[in-house]
Amino acid sequence: MTARTKIAILLASLTLLLAGCSGGGDGADDGRITLRFQSLAWQEESVEANKELVREWNATHPDVRVEHVQGSWDSVHDQLLTSFEGGEAPDIIHDASDDLADFAYGGYLADLTGLLSERLKSGIPERSWETVTFGDGVYGVPFLQEPRVLIANADLLKESGVRVPTPEDPWTWEEFGRVAKRLSGDGRYGVAWPLKEPVSATLNLSLSTGGQLFHRSADGKVTVRFEEGDQVVPRTIHDQVNTDRSASPTTLGSGGSDTLPGFFAGKYAMVPLGFSYRQQIEQQAPDGFDWQVLPAPAGADGLTQGVSPQTLSIAEDSPHKKEAAAFVDFLLQPDNMVRLALGDWMLPTGTEALNDPALHTPEHGWATGTALAGHLSPAPAQSVRGYPEWKDKVATPALQEYYSGAIGMAELRERLEEDGNLVLARYQR
Amino acid sequence: MRTSTPARVGQYAALLAYLVFLAFPFLWLISTAFKPPQELGSLHPTWIPQNPTLDNFRQAFDEQPLLRAALNSLLAALGAAVIAVLIATPMAYVMARHRGRLARAATGWVVVSQAFPFVLLIIPLFLVLKNLRLINSVPGLVMVYVVWSLPFALWMLAGYVRAVPAELEEAAAVDGAGRLRTLVSVTAPLLAPGIVATALFAFITAWNEFFFALVLLKTPEKQTLPVILTHFIGAEGVADLGPLAAAAFLATLPSLVVFALIQRRITGGMLAGAVKS
Repeated sequence: MTARTKIAILLASLTLLLAGCSGGGDGADDGRITLRFQSLAWQEESVEANKELVREWNATHPDVRVEHVQGSWDSVHDQLLTSFEGGEAPDIIHDASDDLADFAYGGYLADLTGLLSERLKSGIPERSWETVTFGDGVYGVPFLQEPRVLIANADLLKESGVRVPTPEDPWTWEEFGRVAKRLSGDGRYGVAWPLKEPVSATLNLSLSTGGQLFHRSADGKVTVRFEEGDQVVPRTIHDQVNTDRSASPTTLGSGGSDTLPGFFAGKYAMVPLGFSYRQQIEQQAPDGFDWQVLPAPAGADGLTQGVSPQTLSIAEDSPHKKEAAAFVDFLLQPDNMVRLALGDWMLPTGTEALNDPALHTPEHGWATGTALAGHLSPAPAQSVRGYPEWKDKVATPALQEYYSGAIGMAELRERLEEDGNLVLARYQR
Repeated sequence: MRTSTPARVGQYAALLAYLVFLAFPFLWLISTAFKPPQELGSLHPTWIPQNPTLDNFRQAFDEQPLLRAALNSLLAALGAAVIAVLIATPMAYVMARHRGRLARAATGWVVVSQAFPFVLLIIPLFLVLKNLRLINSVPGLVMVYVVWSLPFALWMLAGYVRAVPAELEEAAAVDGAGRLRTLVSVTAPLLAPGIVATALFAFITAWNEFFFALVLLKTPEKQTLPVILTHFIGAEGVADLGPLAAAAFLATLPSLVVFALIQRRITGGMLAGAVKS
């Protein structure tokens, strides 16, 4: 066989091989509607819950088939942006409310105002709808949310004799500072703040102390004002790390998961984490390790804290918006919402779903988390245009430097306000 | 040339340090893949799992279509490697043998094109592939990978072509061989190590590529391994570490196997004839 023949055979084989794995179309040609549902559920239980619900829908809706496609939190924004630009977006989109603003204003998402059932609209509190309302439209259905809580080493808490807080009688920020000091010593820190992403944690917790940070004037323009209410949480964290030495300085640059080995080993008595981290803790905790969920400290505004709920949206380009809305309605029936919440170790937004007994058991701190649901408000930055740039270029470095002790409160304030307002002004011309 | 003992010891120490540095992540990945969740959360991790388990592998296979994804990755990577080499070889030959203004401009363009960021290209590419009805298909992905790896493959192969003495081709021409015959029968065999190295580069680039695959492939049965691996990662970077490590370990194996099989060929070929005996 000559070299030329070999090359020809190789090329022919390759062509056949690739032709064999060519993609088909987007759906069947039998008149049935096929909807693509891109889910970001990633934990074993929640993936299973999502797939099960899709199977149930498909079994009872022969004319509208839903195809479950798994996406990834890690890359969802870029992937959606490209899909929207190319007109290839999934019909039903799972995302988070703080990622929707640009897509909503860009005309990529359908306004759901006239598409949602009365049951769904009235079953989710107004404060949750606010997180997905941009201008006059509603661009997603908020369905899962998680408060930030304190996960505590129950044995250390008991040993120290401190008062254990409850949602009805939480610690104040001052009391939390004192408790953290009391739990410190013997090579142990009272608390470990995982602040790899310091901005959302700081802003969302600051709602409890009356912090607003972003102030909208009558003409709709937003300015940053770092007032007394905004300073309580950052000051508490700063003092714990740099003055009291009751918080570990090494975890400031860590993610939540990175603090768990130290927590299990008794190096830290408490770790402020999202509610869903309980799943990892339950999975990884050594045998006999006793942990409990405590509410985050309260301030002048009680237990209020900001959240960006997970959402389901419908693509503006979808030719089957009504059917997609019907599927969303099915997926978010109270019982189904509970299944999704349990699978993700989060809280449902729906009022009826929140009453489910499974979410009121003290086991794994479910009851504590559920008691906090009424205190969850839209994250302050939700609808601020230019927030991502402000966060990355101004707030993140400034807060990291402040928490590590490199700069003081005055400089933090100056940078957040002066540099921050310059950034925001560019988006509001 | 003799090297002093301290210098030699230093060289070996540096080499060993470099090998440890390279091997550490992979060895850690293997260790993690066999650890139960409690050991993953330990403050004092051990190299050897105390209670080794295959649960992470089971969970990874249960949760994600790893085999299907591996097959897609293999098709995309093999397709990209073969096509890139078939296209790049004659082009590299022209670039290396004909040193005109056009060849210089082409070389310059090749270098410049390497600086384009993915994000700049992805939307136009997406629209082109959509018009060709090649979105969500492995052939579409192969086309992108070929285009993506071609400049570097070209550059790499042109270097290998320059290393082949032109006198050999002139001798073949004197013996009556035409351009194509000379290229196929004389130059190509001498280029074999370079072609293999270039194919390997194109294969590994395509095997590991994530962003294009993420954007271009919509349905689970078409997705490649790097895309499937991200399904073990949740919001805020939280990861299902055990299954992720197990899947990542399996995803690394094919590249290692391919490299192990042909690396002797590369080095052997490169060194062949280097010294007259």
